[in-house]
Amino acid sequence: MLESIVFSVLNGLLYGMLLFMLASGLTLIFGMMGVLNFAHASFYMLGAYCAYSISSVAGFWVALIAAPLFVGFLGALTERFGLRNVHKHGHVAELLLTFGLVYVIDELVVLIWGQIPVNYAIPPSLDFTLFTLFGTSFPAYRGFILFVAVAMFAAIYLLLVRTRVGMIIRAALSHPDMVGALGHDVPRIFTLVFAFGTGLAGLAGVMAGNYYITEPGMAFSMGPIVFVVVVFGGLGSLGGALAASLIIGLVTTFAIGLNYSIADLLATIGLTLGDQNFFSGLVNIDLSRVGQMLPYLMMVLILIFRPRGLMGARES
Amino acid sequence: MSNRQSARSALLWQAVVWVLFALVIAVLPYVFTSSSSISMMSQMGVFIVFALSYNMLLGEAGMLSFGHAVYFGLGGFLTLHAIRAVNDGAWSFPLELMPLIGGAGGLLFGIIFGSISTRRGGVTFAMITLGIGSMVESSANMFTDFFGGESGISGNRVTDVTLLPFSYGPSIQVYYLIGVWTVVAALLMYLLTRTPLGRISNAVRDNPERAQFVGYNTTIARFIQFSLSGFFAGIAGGLFAIMFEIMTAPNVGLVQSGAVLLMTFIGGVGAFFGPIIGAVLVTYMHTALSGFSEGWILYFGLLFVFMVMYAPGGIAGIISAHFAPWRAGLVHRLLPGYALALVPALLAIAGLVGVVEMGYQLSLAYDPSTPIDLFYMEVDATSIGSWIVALVVLGVGVAGVLGASRVVRSRWGDVNRSMNASGERI
Repeated sequence: MLESIVFSVLNGLLYGMLLFMLASGLTLIFGMMGVLNFAHASFYMLGAYCAYSISSVAGFWVALIAAPLFVGFLGALTERFGLRNVHKHGHVAELLLTFGLVYVIDELVVLIWGQIPVNYAIPPSLDFTLFTLFGTSFPAYRGFILFVAVAMFAAIYLLLVRTRVGMIIRAALSHPDMVGALGHDVPRIFTLVFAFGTGLAGLAGVMAGNYYITEPGMAFSMGPIVFVVVVFGGLGSLGGALAASLIIGLVTTFAIGLNYSIADLLATIGLTLGDQNFFSGLVNIDLSRVGQMLPYLMMVLILIFRPRGLMGARES
Repeated sequence: MSNRQSARSALLWQAVVWVLFALVIAVLPYVFTSSSSISMMSQMGVFIVFALSYNMLLGEAGMLSFGHAVYFGLGGFLTLHAIRAVNDGAWSFPLELMPLIGGAGGLLFGIIFGSISTRRGGVTFAMITLGIGSMVESSANMFTDFFGGESGISGNRVTDVTLLPFSYGPSIQVYYLIGVWTVVAALLMYLLTRTPLGRISNAVRDNPERAQFVGYNTTIARFIQFSLSGFFAGIAGGLFAIMFEIMTAPNVGLVQSGAVLLMTFIGGVGAFFGPIIGAVLVTYMHTALSGFSEGWILYFGLLFVFMVMYAPGGIAGIISAHFAPWRAGLVHRLLPGYALALVPALLAIAGLVGVVEMGYQLSLAYDPSTPIDLFYMEVDATSIGSWIVALVVLGVGVAGVLGASRVVRSRWGDVNRSMNASGERI
């Protein structure tokens, strides 16, 4: 029991930190530009595929640097030649554009790399056991993911709060006209922010692509849950995104590990329901099957009771 | 007096359009008689209702939903369960009215989820609908009795309980059933836009703050519009269930929601008839293209992105933009620009199709060097020469379109100037 709890915590933390790597870019872009990047998970997938292509030529460590930079460059192009043109039509038009990009990017990935998963493997230098607990080993690569995610959080936080660039970026959000009047190129700041956010998604793809599987469905499986994280944590809040990622990561991991239903719980306190009861279908559902739905349920609940999310500053 | 006369003639004109719409639906099976086209036209009817119900949100009330398939799919599931109950003898309800079951289900879930999601508009609303859509889709794993698990729920639409002496086994009878429902639902949705509710929804879309100042509760307006939209989506789902006799979990999911957003937007959200064009076009392209090409989703995506960037009013928006020059008798001045743009546009499309198809051949085909049929030519995707040709054609086409668009824009400037001038003279 203890063993499964410890490993559920570790795996939940890992999943949560991967979610955070994606959610941080999304919430940054939203917080800075008011743009909800629907294609964020697609950039994440591009990161994984680019890392596969680059690492097959130049090795994993080059890919770790180059793939996020390349994805960030694609993000900059998207902002400069796409989003900036529809900006005048409002945020819904921007959302629609990124929604269309989901179809285009996902299909382009199939077009370039094919339908079957590519063999993007964990680098040999990180392919060893970090420690063994209760007879189960913990791979070093998972530790590396945790390390990169924590370092990323620290770097973003310091960049935004402690540097002059971060100050200008935050000012450009709340007072774009004033920042422009001071001589800063506000549209270019937006391009850079979008490139930075998509680059972070690319980095998440580099890290997750070989931990999971790099295949064309990976964006679709990650996309909605990242949105849930961002809404749950509060739109635009980096700390909220971190908290929400960890909560959702832990909750889903624990729910999947538990093969109990409400009926089992009732049975332990000596209560059994008849088989033909109306509620019997409901109480006999395994928690592991509820696991997939829990994040969405949590999001709906928080929207009812605390619409600005865990740490969001404003409602929308 | 003349005002009342013109109002009456406008009403008459609208009635004529609706009768024509019904006539076209009635006559089409005599023009396209093959069973595949009848099934395609039935699908078009279903998606016309679905897209119009979606436009009650996006076009009428400015609510961008990413979870509209929830009401479509749940309506379909409920209808199919009702049909199964009738077949089991547990219940008796005529098949013609079965879509009402779907509608009632859509309305019920619209009320439930609408009360959560319509408190805010804009981006927040979009995210909540996405969350609810994902929630319902993933809950299909839990409620296997209702959703039928992996294989879904299937049934037999021939229930022997009908109002009219038809069995609704043959697809042509189902086509007419769907056709009647399409006309009725579309007419009802059109009339709804004419009610105070429809007008308030427009006000909430255009300027929610001002609507509040005038004294309307924007949340309630959104909520009612949302619930009614769920009702019509449920009817569409019921028709879908009757037509295909099977519902699976993806029918309530994000892919279906995305599809209806795509067809509504491509058709045009600004005009009532826009979603009808979109549903017909997208269903046709889906059926026609998916047989030919692996890349139809990519083409759809590119078309959609193109529309968002350059024609946010969709096809209906492009058509409506020409009404004013048409009335002023100036359309002929626009034609040379269009004619100039046509050839490079076709070239660009041809180049793009070439690049995409060869790319798919390289990445998906078992043997990439098998020649593919493109524009009545056999193209070898593995040769560099054909790639260079395709890219050059694409480049020349794009450059030509950019050049021609300058001519089109200056022509439009001319037309607008002379329309303004004649307007001032009057």
